[in-house]
Amino acid sequence: MRGLVLDDVAITLDARPLVGPLSLDVAPGEVVTVMGPSGSGKSTLLAYVGGFLAKAFAARGRVLVDDLDVTGMPPEKRAVGILFQDDLLFPHLTVGGNLAFGLRAGVREASRRRAIVEEALAQAGLAGFADRDPATLSGGQRARVALLRTLLAEPRALLLDEPFGKLDAALRQDVRAFVFARARDRGLPTLMVTHDAEDARAAGGRVVEVG
Amino acid sequence: MTTRPDVLRAAPALTLALFLVPIGAGLLGTLAPAFGVLPAIGESGFTLDAWRTLAEQPGIDASIRLTLTSGLLSTALALVFACGFAALASSRPGIARLERALAPLLATPHVAVAIGLAFLVASSGLLVRVVSPWLTGWERPPALAIVRDPYGLSYVAGLAIKETAFLVLMVLAAQGQVRAAQALAAARALGYAPLVAWAKVVLPAIYRQIRLPVYAVLAFSLSNVEVALVLAPGTPPPLAVLAMRWFSSWDLSLYPVAAAAATLQLAVVVAGIGAWRVAEAFVKRIHRAWCERGRRTGLAGPVLALGGAGGVVSGVAILAAIGVMALWSIAENWRYPDALPRALSLRTWERALPTMSDLVSTTAAIAAAASLLAVILALACLENEARRDLKPGARALWLLYVPLLVPQIAFLFGAQVALVRLDLDGTLTAVIWAHLLFVLPYVFLSLADPFRALDPRYARIAAGLGASPWRTFFTVKLPMLARPVATAFAVGFSVSVALYLPTLFAGAGRIMTLTTEAVTLSSGADRRVVGVTAFLQAALPLLVYAAALAGPGLIAARRRRVTLREGTP
Repeated sequence: MRGLVLDDVAITLDARPLVGPLSLDVAPGEVVTVMGPSGSGKSTLLAYVGGFLAKAFAARGRVLVDDLDVTGMPPEKRAVGILFQDDLLFPHLTVGGNLAFGLRAGVREASRRRAIVEEALAQAGLAGFADRDPATLSGGQRARVALLRTLLAEPRALLLDEPFGKLDAALRQDVRAFVFARARDRGLPTLMVTHDAEDARAAGGRVVEVG
Repeated sequence: MTTRPDVLRAAPALTLALFLVPIGAGLLGTLAPAFGVLPAIGESGFTLDAWRTLAEQPGIDASIRLTLTSGLLSTALALVFACGFAALASSRPGIARLERALAPLLATPHVAVAIGLAFLVASSGLLVRVVSPWLTGWERPPALAIVRDPYGLSYVAGLAIKETAFLVLMVLAAQGQVRAAQALAAARALGYAPLVAWAKVVLPAIYRQIRLPVYAVLAFSLSNVEVALVLAPGTPPPLAVLAMRWFSSWDLSLYPVAAAAATLQLAVVVAGIGAWRVAEAFVKRIHRAWCERGRRTGLAGPVLALGGAGGVVSGVAILAAIGVMALWSIAENWRYPDALPRALSLRTWERALPTMSDLVSTTAAIAAAASLLAVILALACLENEARRDLKPGARALWLLYVPLLVPQIAFLFGAQVALVRLDLDGTLTAVIWAHLLFVLPYVFLSLADPFRALDPRYARIAAGLGASPWRTFFTVKLPMLARPVATAFAVGFSVSVALYLPTLFAGAGRIMTLTTEAVTLSSGADRRVVGVTAFLQAALPLLVYAAALAGPGLIAARRRRVTLREGTP
């Protein structure tokens, strides 16, 4: 099936069970929220799906993206985009440079790359921001740019690791709506971990409790 | 309330004066004679004669070319090795474990590394012996100048191998400060291969942090004498060696020429760092365009992997260099082309013992005194900063690096003239002071981070309990910082042991250390004696390092035992 599949995933730390066993199908365009208190291993689950599981953990089970088994693959081969709690915009590149960094290399001509980047910015209400330094942006703007950068890499699934946790309340709603709308438009299966019930409500999808 | 004059407030000024005054006076004392002002021999008119003589020296242009190419090339190599190592270590835990070998590599002096490498790769060295004559057919050492080759390749290799360890330390420290792991994860989630991701997103962030250390490495590589004497070609040698030859000749009329050469050396270092900066700006633009093209794989991967391999090989080479020196020091009968000595004995050690015990005690006394002073000054500056809640700026860091950026020969000559005036030349005081200039920056840098990271609430709690600031310093802060203080002392000690020119100039040739002796012996003495000297030179700082790492741990272990005994009924 298309979408993101977690098949009987269980993660242990020092032989103690931490998460799972958990099986989950996330359909294209669907947002599934994993909720749990801190220390419940929900971020560890996301790290496992993204391919970043630290050596200290042991895991079993499979992860499939559009029917492709990515379980043993390094993160860069999985085509799974991640948004972290920090936007992690690269400070040595401009806003446009950060987006071009995300844009796949298949688009070769510089002018074409530039046009795609500017179009993405314009659609996000950030027209004319390409040459700005990321440090001059507001938190909400940075969060948008981080999502745009991830989407330009054309992932087949999206992981959200408490992505709104550091935004203040007024911005949070805005950015949330922006992220969920984009993920749906692109038909991305999206897995979000959070401890904020409001996030889950806004996502409007299934909620899985862990821990 | 009593108001006492606060000695602490004067600490930063005193520290700066202690090393900026000799450097400033030294530079003046070198510049003046270069332009004909040398009152000591009755010259006081401005003239360019010295420069004319210098320009007429045969091979002077080749010497400048050799200085610049070997300095720039070895620094670039060391940087690629260090970056490659850090990049590999950040994605492979197996490589990351090798970081533990860093302390001994850092503690080994340049001269010991250079001599050991020469023992390894010379045409009669260990590597040739191992493959001769069965593979090469060489029944006697081939007439190949592998060490001190005319292109300066062995010199470049020697510098790069030694400086890699220092830059690895700097890169790893910088990586800890810039949240490299998260940036790396973000880039990999966007589809970038690990090493390419490192080159694109981690490198720019850390380079800003390691720029000064890189300049220090460049300045040293462009102007050192001790490695050049062992590994660089002699006709013509690098510029600093040329200047040194003229300084150490007894011919006073050569002093202005020597001063001109030392001034030229300063200009070469300025030009070298300037060229490096231009290259930085250029690379930065290319790097940005490269990032924006979005290629997920590329040449950066293999280049960094190769660099990382070079870094590992550098470390192995230093350890092998120490090993071969140790072997020579106990070799009884080791003729070419035997791969190993026919017999081992401690005879060379026994014969060398009287000389060596003198050298070791002088070396250790100077190193201990300079390091102790440096630790006290650094602690005083840091404590002053903490009590007054000062935030040190970037400019303070540049000042700290001044002794590491200004070529030694450019100010030591002038400083020696000043020492003669003060009747201090050739005294231990002068040598310790000269060593302090180079020891202090490293001691300060190694202490500053742990000191500033100390939770300020401990001091506040102690104050709340009625302890004076000094009592808090001695009974709370200092014990908590025992390990970093011990490490900083060991770092200072190893820097001091390695110093060559400062000992030579401030000691007026009368004070000999293991390093000056090793350099003197390296040109042609019995390899077994050289082996003893260079091995001791490498072993002494290592021992102090080991003690510094073990000491605070032992004290803590004893405290725990005591608590246990008193705590159990």
